[in-house]
Amino acid sequence: MKVFATYNIKGGVGKTAAAVNLGYLAARDGYRVLLWDLDPQGAASYLLRIKPRVKGGGRALIHGTKPIHAAIKGTDFDGLDLLPADFTYRNLDLLLDSAKQPARRLAALLAPLAGEYDAVFLDCPPSISLLSESVLHAAALLLVPLIPTTLSVRTLEQLTEFVGTFNGHRPDVLAFFSMIDRRKRLHTQIAAELPGQRPEFAATVIPALSVIEQMSVQRAPVSAFAPRSLAARQYGQLWGEARQRAGLTG
Amino acid sequence: MASDMREFVLDDAARPGRAVPDALAGSAAWANGGPARVRRRIWLDTFDWRLYRAGLTLEQAGSRDRAELVLTGRDGAILAAELLAAGRPPRWPSLVSQLPAGPVRELLEPVAGVRALCPVVRATSQVTELRALNDDAKTVARLAVDRMSVTFPARALLPARLTLTPVRGYSGITDRIGAAMTSAPGIAIAPGTALDAALAASGRRAGQPAGKGTSVQLSPSMPAAAGLRTVLTALLDELEANVPGTIRDIDTEFLHDLRIAVRRTRSVIKLCGRALPAGLATEFRPEFRWLGDLTTPARDLDVYLLAFGRMTAGLVAASPADLSPFHDYLAHSRTLQYRRLAAGLRSARFARLTAGWRAALEGVRPPGKRPTVAQLAAARIGAANRRVLRAGQQITAASPPESLHQLRKGCKELRYLVEMFGSIYDPAERWQAVRELKALQDCLGAFQDAEVQGSEIRGFAGQLLATRGVPATTLLAMGEIAVGLAVAQREARREFDGRFADFASHASQARLAGLTRVAAA
Repeated sequence: MKVFATYNIKGGVGKTAAAVNLGYLAARDGYRVLLWDLDPQGAASYLLRIKPRVKGGGRALIHGTKPIHAAIKGTDFDGLDLLPADFTYRNLDLLLDSAKQPARRLAALLAPLAGEYDAVFLDCPPSISLLSESVLHAAALLLVPLIPTTLSVRTLEQLTEFVGTFNGHRPDVLAFFSMIDRRKRLHTQIAAELPGQRPEFAATVIPALSVIEQMSVQRAPVSAFAPRSLAARQYGQLWGEARQRAGLTG
Repeated sequence: MASDMREFVLDDAARPGRAVPDALAGSAAWANGGPARVRRRIWLDTFDWRLYRAGLTLEQAGSRDRAELVLTGRDGAILAAELLAAGRPPRWPSLVSQLPAGPVRELLEPVAGVRALCPVVRATSQVTELRALNDDAKTVARLAVDRMSVTFPARALLPARLTLTPVRGYSGITDRIGAAMTSAPGIAIAPGTALDAALAASGRRAGQPAGKGTSVQLSPSMPAAAGLRTVLTALLDELEANVPGTIRDIDTEFLHDLRIAVRRTRSVIKLCGRALPAGLATEFRPEFRWLGDLTTPARDLDVYLLAFGRMTAGLVAASPADLSPFHDYLAHSRTLQYRRLAAGLRSARFARLTAGWRAALEGVRPPGKRPTVAQLAAARIGAANRRVLRAGQQITAASPPESLHQLRKGCKELRYLVEMFGSIYDPAERWQAVRELKALQDCLGAFQDAEVQGSEIRGFAGQLLATRGVPATTLLAMGEIAVGLAVAQREARREFDGRFADFASHASQARLAGLTRVAAA
């Protein structure tokens, strides 16, 4: 079971769109996929038409009083399941703090699902916190969407430095430019130059496209309702890179 | 993974298009799940239904260019599935060892053994899907409507079959839909699996054995000639059922079972022929002997090749690769012998034998009520037992292997008589009565197999040397196998005295005598 996490300290950069689309594409490839919507705003749950509610809330999951598999819901798409968001996830930091080995807690919670799923996608809320540290420890591959600005790139450097301080398991990082506005010169310039210079950058970029915004109207992944769109093609290529980088076989 | 699927059938096959929405309209909001899909389906099992008897169902399903093998358990839960290489589905029948490596093959190997998987049903399904939606227009359950037409073993159109599958986390609403379906007019809970339904529509039933001669039901008081007619007809059915599989060389068990039917027929004719109309035994005995002899060379080579892996694994000095020329020689000889055997089974002589034998059996009319089956059984089992005791008591350390071979044949005849008349005895007592006989047979079998194989391997070595310029390493490896066989034979011979003493013991003989006495009384 490979754990992917869409992560960025900033919000509104395309984390949820990436998690939903890549999770869908992985399931379409025949993998058994679980997407965990860790964001209390519940955007991924909304996009997949599932109520953002978990019986017992985040406390029951983190403390293990409710088995994680009992909270999982099937989506409308074969092979793709969702562990929904819950508003109590806003307190996950506090809950993790009271658990043993908080930084390793998510990995421990996911371990029993190894026989049931081939891939898990963690859709993280924008923050730098105990929760994000636990996500970084659980993930095999961090998918980091970045708006092509100098400050965003600096954030990525901070993240890779932080991950570099981990003892033992360190997640691989695959950054990709997201929400590229072709009308902005800086966007196109950075997106054209950096991927060739830095190994952690994906060759694929995700442009700012209205069809991606349409996801919240259609409540489905782009590749499901607009399979021939540019966005669907770009997510397809990005999934190919992520899959290869994570060494997902079969 | 347990299956939460629920299956139903529509009573009214004439208007499946209307009946489904009518019955379900009130239970949920429904949406069309997309265009109808055509699934080509093949259910597979061994000729003797080993998968079915083990509670397994194997189905190859899919479209022309994408198919998978799905293995399910007794409760419908999927145990393993294997996507088949595009455009290259297996050609059925196929041995399990020829399937793609993976969990399906691993689970099937110990169940199917040497038997090939053969299609038992071929069908085409046209499947449409309905989706039950909640207030968020989220799919919470799926209902597949399957209209299946069977093309093999007979053409048949089945009533539409409905499969309700919950989406994970939404079992509550699926329970409500299921309850509504159960009480809806025109819909009934499916009484069996899709395979059962397809077989029933073709006039077949899963698990029907290919007519084992030993499983016929006799009654102690029926006239002996009528009992023999029943047994011999069942044996002829079994013999004929195994002919096509032997000719096509589907797997080695077809010939094995065919030979058992022939051997048992010959034993009945030899041991009980006097209870049949005059002249019948004399007329057919030589022909069944011809048939037995026709099958022997091919079976001997099958036995060698089936044991080949075990023989090579037991090599100490030689390497398994040294035996490759020997294996090639055996495989080539087997091809030639099977060709000869198939010609024999297609010959006019074989057709005359089976047709004539069936006609003769149909003409058997018991001359009177006596002797009864129980009286004949007691007399023949008693006589066969005495022959075994006499032959066994005469065996000494100096006796040639042929004496033990003759004793083994006597034991086989005795065992077969007990099994043939088995239905008139209590099963537990019958098992007890042949316990020591079985052990003696195992010992004599090990002795004789080693004797025959040891003699054959010397013959094979001579032929290889004369015709193929075989390497010295191959002959040395074959020599090692011959040594192993000689050791096994010596061990079996050492065991013999004890086994025979157990069989001849008062307790064992009393159990056998008691068995036949009670039934004949």
